[in-house]
Amino acid sequence: MSRKKQIAATDPNRPRLTTSAMIASLAGEDQRISPAPFGRALVELGRTRPEILGLTADLAKYTDLHIFAQAYPDRFYQMGMAEQLLMLAAAGLAHEGFVPFVTTYAAFASRRTFDFISQGIAEEGLPVKICCALPGLTTGYGPSHQATEDLAIFRGMPDLVILDPCDALDIEQAVPQIAAHPGPVYMRLLRGNVPLVLDEYDYRFELGRAKLLRDGADVLLISSGFMTMRALETAKLLAGDRVDVAVLHCPTIKPLDTATILQEVRRKPRLVIVAENHSVIGGLGEAVATLLLTEGAIPPRFRQVALPDAFLDAGALPTLHERYGISATAMAARIKAWLG
Amino acid sequence: MPRPNAPSLAERARNIRRHALRMGEVQGQGYIAQALGIADVLAVAWFHALRHRPDDPDWEGRDRFLLSIGHYAIAFYAGLIEAGVIPESEIETYGTDDSRLPMSGMAAYTPGMEMSGGSLGLGLGIAVGRCLGLKRKASDSIVLNLMSDGELDEGPTWEAAMSAGHHKLDNLICVVDVNRMQADGVSTGVLNFEPLADKWTAFGWHVQRVDGNDIPALVAAFDAARNTPEPKPRVIICDTKMAKGVPFLETREKSHFLRVEAHEWALALAALDAGERA
Repeated sequence: MSRKKQIAATDPNRPRLTTSAMIASLAGEDQRISPAPFGRALVELGRTRPEILGLTADLAKYTDLHIFAQAYPDRFYQMGMAEQLLMLAAAGLAHEGFVPFVTTYAAFASRRTFDFISQGIAEEGLPVKICCALPGLTTGYGPSHQATEDLAIFRGMPDLVILDPCDALDIEQAVPQIAAHPGPVYMRLLRGNVPLVLDEYDYRFELGRAKLLRDGADVLLISSGFMTMRALETAKLLAGDRVDVAVLHCPTIKPLDTATILQEVRRKPRLVIVAENHSVIGGLGEAVATLLLTEGAIPPRFRQVALPDAFLDAGALPTLHERYGISATAMAARIKAWLG
Repeated sequence: MPRPNAPSLAERARNIRRHALRMGEVQGQGYIAQALGIADVLAVAWFHALRHRPDDPDWEGRDRFLLSIGHYAIAFYAGLIEAGVIPESEIETYGTDDSRLPMSGMAAYTPGMEMSGGSLGLGLGIAVGRCLGLKRKASDSIVLNLMSDGELDEGPTWEAAMSAGHHKLDNLICVVDVNRMQADGVSTGVLNFEPLADKWTAFGWHVQRVDGNDIPALVAAFDAARNTPEPKPRVIICDTKMAKGVPFLETREKSHFLRVEAHEWALALAALDAGERA
């Protein structure tokens, strides 16, 4: 018999939020946003690169690829809700000299099509760019669509470059760079109204590089994806408590920018925290921990802010981010507790 | 067009069987029953149906020959040797360390090998992408995907079959080797795929079913597949006999991996040659 979830009693003093749409925006109410950065960047790239193609498995609208399809209808392939075929057809097009950008949801690409990417694409070094929406906990729809282990799954695949961009700027700048990379790439995608954050910093996306966004004496937060946005918010919250937090943004998960990470960890003895929108198993946190232990760069303390090793709840995203400790307020509270 | 004194397709097929048996002898094993069974299809493909340049296996104008079934590599290598892509002397390296001829077919190792096919069920989907790509390039090259009846069990085969029909890929020929044997036993007992022709027809394909060891029938089938004006992908279902051409192996109890004793390789070569003289 399958197990049933124990539903906790609701706090009568808290409003019950609704799950909202499949893809809720991560942007706060007064946050600046940029619409469909992936789709727009791909259209721009397509102007000068006729070999760029777009393929999807019935999720063009939900991955912003529909914008590319509207701009270049003859370079867009609707492959049907057939993710295995999606990857194989992209491999075939890459064999013939094209650079296919392939979109679906991260849960489907990682769980369902691993063998097809491994043996059809990566083993042959083909330049297929797999760009997937709903990474980690970016939908309240439940475990079927919450790709909380995609990085763990994909990090084991040789020759695959893995990206977890933070915001619209990261995504826009990543698109031409992943197209220029000669091999396969997996990029976690934020779509729709995507927060715009990194333009406030002296920052440019560079494939394979981690960048220090702000310095701080007490804590080094190493983060990827939208957790960098949360890390920056957390740093601002903690500044009010006289806790000085540095944020190192690490959008390339593989290959890891080991030099920069080691340099920052060694520069000052600080509490080192890796924050990611991913399971505590197999993502950036474990990658950094292995690096530090192997290289003997041992910080005074090391902690992970990540999703639990569990099938997560369905519900409203703000509720779930709070519940699993990846909201800025939850993170700030934990960091204060760790500092004592 | 074949040269006037070029070997006949039957001679090509025998040579392919001979190369495969010699590779099996080197390694002491190999998927030899499949190789002997598919040799006639390979001979007709390489020496009648497909456009290729042995001295330039990556020639852009070639027809793409995808081996979806990586374990048929021993047969494919035999064909590449007979076609002159790989020198016959490399037979001695089959399956050995640092060889261009590993046990399972991989694109990175072997000239003329278009894909890595060890994980079964990949070929037809890749073929769909290549056919779409060739059409984009306005190329008149075609794609031949060679798959086994065991691969009919794989879901992505049917995703690809539906897609090829949807996109009307008339530059795609799929050959299904129906030898009725897969790892755990008789194919239709493992998972029944019949009525097979009806399935492909329902997916929008131009369908033929022939005796895959009858060279004139294969020639006619490939000609029809190349020449039909129907805007459909083409499938040639080939019923083949495992170990064809070596009578004492043909009658041995069949299994996916046919056991051949060390002393039997020479006997098999002799039996093949005896059959040629008969």
